Amino acid sequence: MIKGLKRFTEWLVHTQIWSSIFRQGWPDTERNRILTILNTCLFHLHPLKVRTHGLKVKYTFCLGGVSLFLFIVETITGVLLMFYYRPTVEYAYQDMKDLEFAVTFGLFLRNMHRWAAHGMVLTVILHMCRVFYTGSYKPPREYNWCIGVSLLVLTLLLSFTGYLLPWDQLAFWAVTVGTNMAKATPLMGAEGPFHILSEMSDMCFYLRGSVDISENTLLRFYVLHCIALPLAAVGLMGIHFWRVRKDGGISGPL
Amino acid sequence: MQERIDEEKPKEAASEIPKKPEKLLAFPHLVFKEFIALMLVSLVLIIISMVLNAPLEEIATPTKTPNPAKAPWYFVGLQEMLVYFDPWIAGVMIPILIIIGLMAIPFVDKNLKGVGIYCFRERKFAFVIFTIGIVAWFGLIIFGCYFRGPSWLLYLPWESWDIHKPVISKGTYILPLFVGLPAMIGYYILGMWLPILFARNFYKTLGSTSYFITMFFILSMFGFLGKIPLRFVFDIKYIIHTPWFSI
Ligand code: HEM
Repeated sequence: MIKGLKRFTEWLVHTQIWSSIFRQGWPDTERNRILTILNTCLFHLHPLKVRTHGLKVKYTFCLGGVSLFLFIVETITGVLLMFYYRPTVEYAYQDMKDLEFAVTFGLFLRNMHRWAAHGMVLTVILHMCRVFYTGSYKPPREYNWCIGVSLLVLTLLLSFTGYLLPWDQLAFWAVTVGTNMAKATPLMGAEGPFHILSEMSDMCFYLRGSVDISENTLLRFYVLHCIALPLAAVGLMGIHFWRVRKDGGISGPL
Repeated sequence: MQERIDEEKPKEAASEIPKKPEKLLAFPHLVFKEFIALMLVSLVLIIISMVLNAPLEEIATPTKTPNPAKAPWYFVGLQEMLVYFDPWIAGVMIPILIIIGLMAIPFVDKNLKGVGIYCFRERKFAFVIFTIGIVAWFGLIIFGCYFRGPSWLLYLPWESWDIHKPVISKGTYILPLFVGLPAMIGYYILGMWLPILFARNFYKTLGSTSYFITMFFILSMFGFLGKIPLRFVFDIKYIIHTPWFSI
């Protein structure tokens, strides 16, 4: 039985199809394991070898990786939700109801998108705490810490812009409260200290695209939520992961 | 699973040369752990998504303001600060200072010890300050989420929001400028000056630039948090009040 299995894999990894996909043999020798990392697009983000220290779950609690995974879940469920959602005052709420009652697995999809978003905010904050408490922001990782802080801000903005899209009372008023703050910006807000701009041209107006929350706001938040902010996050994550490697891999005691 | 890289070397020889960190191949050691984490998170997420439904209330009605209108939980800390500060501080200055302050940490922390381990002993100061910040942040969030009801009044989590509550004062006393301004300037000057006198080592190791930046952010953090007891105990509304802005 085991012999048969072995013969089968032996045959499999030598077929043309297999070797066109995986450029190395079965990863059971050191050589093939190294090649697996080097040759696989997904894995080449990883270093060849990792310090045993950084492998311990108790060290990172996998929080950075889980943040990334939740971001990917958000991307996939988000794209699926976009098939059903139209960002207009007329349809947005109706489309939510349709997702709930008419679309197959629509409710599940929306739930997943929502809970993964909350989860990501939490894991990113916890990841920041783990990086702080292990002193992993110290040289040479200062810059990557700053990239991380920007990612935290982006994560919060992504969550916040998504909050408006269902166009229900919860969304509408949470975003009213949130964007009202922009009115209080010193100089640039219509009600802030030393204000110089009117209600028609201040920070809050640029956020909302109108004086009050309207269809313009919905469209702005939609575009930010589905295109601008995710692209920015992907870009920064690229730099973040690249820097983890360039800064000498995951931190550890000297 | 025994492909330790330096396995051929005899143990004694390894302890003489400066110890190289032990390393393992990323495949399978790291990749498998990542895969397990991925599976566990997926499982939890799928279960939660099956049993808990994302909230969806009535359709947005601009003329019907719910009471209270709470922000999503990660912003409730800021919303709670609105009780104690005007919006330009709670909604604009505090977030900006938090972001800049976080980014400043690696550049002002001159203590290079304690990298790569969870270690309190070698970096007590940084540890304590950061922890206070995080605990305060989550404290405000929990308070805002579970202890605030209609009109942002104080309700215990198990209390019904139908109970009528007396309005809590949003502060009655406004300190006159000739008291408030010196008090605040004095707070910052004393706060920066006293450690120079009594914790000279701390000042010296940081260097003056890092020292003043660090102290500015720390004093601001305690200042923001400090207004909460000032409000509750002395019913102070503003420490500084001018026609243009108030703190
Ligand atoms: C979208 C958000 C983020 C993602 C997806 C992410 C992902 C990751 C991953 C996968 C790692 C590898 C080690 C680990 O898993 O712990 C890492 C390391 C790191 N992250 Fe993040 N991160 C994010 C946000 C942040 C934030 C908010 C900070 C800090 C403010 C931060 C600072 C760092 C630093 C300094 C390292 C290097 C740690 C070390 O070498 O031990 N990251 N990040």
